Amino acid sequence: MSFLVIENLRKTYGDHQVVQAFDIAVKRGEFVSFLGPSGCGKTTTLRMIAGFETATAGTIRIDGRDVTHLPPNQRNVGMVFQSYALFPNMTAAQNVAFGLKVAKKPAAEIKRRVDEMLGVVKLPHLAGRYPYQMSGGQQQRVALARALATSPQLLLLDEPLSALDAKVRVALREELKNLQRDLGITTVYVTHDQEEALSMSDRIVVMSDGRIEQLGTPFEIYNNPRTRFVAAFVGTLNILKAQVIDAAQGAIRIGGQDFRAARQLPERNGETCSVALRPEAVTLHDPGNGGNRVKGTIEDVSFLGAVVRIKVGVGDSRIMLDRFNTPNLPPPVRGETVTLHFAPEDVLPLESVVA
Amino acid sequence: MRRARILPWLALAVGVIYFLVPLIATFEFSLRILRGRYSFQAYANVLGDPQFQSTFLFSVVVAVATIVVGTLLVVPTAYWIRLKLPRMRPYVEFVTLLPLVIPAIVLVFGYLKLYNSSSILPLTAADWSTNVLLVFGYVTLALPYMYRAVDTGLRAIDVRSLTEAAESLGAARATILFQVILPNVKVAVMSGAFLTFAIVIGEFTLASLLDRPAFGPYLQLVGANKAYEPAALAIIAFAITWACMGLIQVFGRDPRTASRPAF
Repeated sequence: MSFLVIENLRKTYGDHQVVQAFDIAVKRGEFVSFLGPSGCGKTTTLRMIAGFETATAGTIRIDGRDVTHLPPNQRNVGMVFQSYALFPNMTAAQNVAFGLKVAKKPAAEIKRRVDEMLGVVKLPHLAGRYPYQMSGGQQQRVALARALATSPQLLLLDEPLSALDAKVRVALREELKNLQRDLGITTVYVTHDQEEALSMSDRIVVMSDGRIEQLGTPFEIYNNPRTRFVAAFVGTLNILKAQVIDAAQGAIRIGGQDFRAARQLPERNGETCSVALRPEAVTLHDPGNGGNRVKGTIEDVSFLGAVVRIKVGVGDSRIMLDRFNTPNLPPPVRGETVTLHFAPEDVLPLESVVA
Repeated sequence: MRRARILPWLALAVGVIYFLVPLIATFEFSLRILRGRYSFQAYANVLGDPQFQSTFLFSVVVAVATIVVGTLLVVPTAYWIRLKLPRMRPYVEFVTLLPLVIPAIVLVFGYLKLYNSSSILPLTAADWSTNVLLVFGYVTLALPYMYRAVDTGLRAIDVRSLTEAAESLGAARATILFQVILPNVKVAVMSGAFLTFAIVIGEFTLASLLDRPAFGPYLQLVGANKAYEPAALAIIAFAITWACMGLIQVFGRDPRTASRPAF
């Protein structure tokens, strides 16, 4: 049975629909991310789960209990904020103890739990420090310990790593994921960073304009983006305009050259459609499997360290491809004519409008 | 170049003379109560006067009461406006600034009209209730300073996130206000409190027209009847105000911003 169930959740401000018909069922212990650009309604949805915003319509149930109209302090939900939101007048230990004190736990139990939680986030030595005496990463760990100390049934994280620098962000991301897995706590994570969502989540909800664009595992979202928006937002994709030659056979034409897609196309013959192609799916050498071949001219080469990113002009379109850097194979030169190879399975037709 | 450097010093010198000479003159005059030599006799007279002690004590009590009532009124109001009614802020700010525009004499006549002994709420009928009215009047007079100070303090913290963090940890509104918000605007409340103290301790109009035995009317009484003691009182009053300002400086230094370690 699902642990967190959201049905037909809506939020409107005046005429503006911020969240429209949001449905999701999250299993116990699952890590779900809401991914989308700013203004897509992901944070508003999270805030409705926390109780900081009232839903215009719909229901939110946690472990079978309808919490839609409960105030935040009765939902037993832990929350971690982008701005850390540690109480500046309290030490790390006092911050962690706050929720337990509010719940009127005995002093001995509070002390034991605070020590335990600071141990879990690996900061037992900073118990006596005030927030201003800690780095951003340390503050966010204390905030996490504080949110977990009261043993909430649900953990909500609102872009918790956005304010941190890149190295700390990656380190903390892994720790956060491990901690979540060890504790088995059901978690909803809001982010605009696709790498974060892909690396941490069991499932991802990609959102745009208050709607769910796609809901699926990171593998599904990355490899089978259902809409142009998802394809463009998750990962780096080539999105190409193509003319449908034979919809049933998956035959399309780009820049005057014909290709095959392994899937049926929703459009009719003669119409234009959008297809996506991952940069890593395109190669410069022939794999010999009888896939698509296309001639083009190298327009740009960027050396990114482990990867060389090459942009190739094909008619009016541009196809970007990634190749691993190999020391004995120098990158191609601008203006060179090359043949690109990619499998029909890698050509992803995109729905223009989601039903 | 040289000219440019002299001018600021000249301006400073004029300013210092303008403010300090009358003060030094007053101080010097206050020491001349005994013919032919300087002494602190005028100060001894003032401090030894039982009326000085009683009126000063009365004003201190009223000032403390004003600070307590003002804090309890202003902190929750400013907090609520920051949290839930940000659009109301300009209006509330305007209302809190009104006491600077409306003279105290207008205020007190309004009070006397509204709360006189034959009105529905005869606050001026008894001493204790007149004292209550006096405190409320002072809360109004100190409102611009108290509200500004607290609002500035609230601006320095992330009121919304702190409130939401506390709420998600199970805290009720009162707990949030007293354990999270108030301790974090303590410094601002302190500076508002000292300003309030400085205003209330020497206030004349309200106290005099409500006929309260406060320090302000005593100052006036002494000033009208004696020669050297008023000068001594003026110096004492200055000292009290300066002490308040000094205390703002001491308590106004936020330890959280005083030393930031580099990480």
